Amino acid sequence: MSDLSRHTRYHPRWYRRRMSVWWWLKNPAYSKFVLRELTSVFVALFAILFLWQLRALVHGPDAYAQFTARLKAPLFLTIDTVAFLFVLFHTITWFNLTPTAMVVRVRGKRVPDKIVAGSNYIVWVLLSGIVAWILTRG
Amino acid sequence: MTERLTPFLWILFSLGGTIAAFLFPVHLFLGGLAFPLGWLDAPSYEALRGLVQHPVVRLYLFVVISLPLFHWAHRFRYTLYDGLQLYHLTVLIAVLCYGAALVGTAVAAYTLWNLA
Repeated sequence: MSDLSRHTRYHPRWYRRRMSVWWWLKNPAYSKFVLRELTSVFVALFAILFLWQLRALVHGPDAYAQFTARLKAPLFLTIDTVAFLFVLFHTITWFNLTPTAMVVRVRGKRVPDKIVAGSNYIVWVLLSGIVAWILTRG
Repeated sequence: MTERLTPFLWILFSLGGTIAAFLFPVHLFLGGLAFPLGWLDAPSYEALRGLVQHPVVRLYLFVVISLPLFHWAHRFRYTLYDGLQLYHLTVLIAVLCYGAALVGTAVAAYTLWNLA
């Protein structure tokens, strides 16, 4: 990923063909890879939105009311919908990669990938339920 | 310096990615869609203010904001390298990405401290 090779003065220059910036559009697998990598932008976007909400909460009831009113604007609803889809894509790709990133063994036998990935989804549903319960119990 | 930092940055990347994967969909769905559109009743200002008084909640919010920002910094840095082939801007991109995550973390810490 980061083999940023620097050559010395008398080193022959390597022959490298210049790649198009749009290389990832030619193959659906590459497009999926780039979309997956771009999910991070929406992760950061939501973290900042979340922080903004907290700041409104510090500034008092009026500032907070202004913030929640802004969230109802079509622009914010559109951004939030797109961000939600990208964050969901992040969650799914992240969970499905865990068996590759982390090999779990029980009594010397490798736990099947589906069980490792599946347990993530169970924990996800549980955590989402807890958060939703805390925020909606009134 | 950079060599020694790299493993640490990868840890932040995966911790932040895991936190975002588990918790961002529900927060984004409720806060960004379900509450503004009136599908569910949004918690009142007083209720939220009361909730964030709790130290555990504030610690939760700090982790949920800060670590995903480092996840972004790390992943976006490589997206720029690979996607746009900006290999000559390595240092600048790294400073901007991790710097932004650090600023976000500092603002989150300051905000949560003042919520007490």
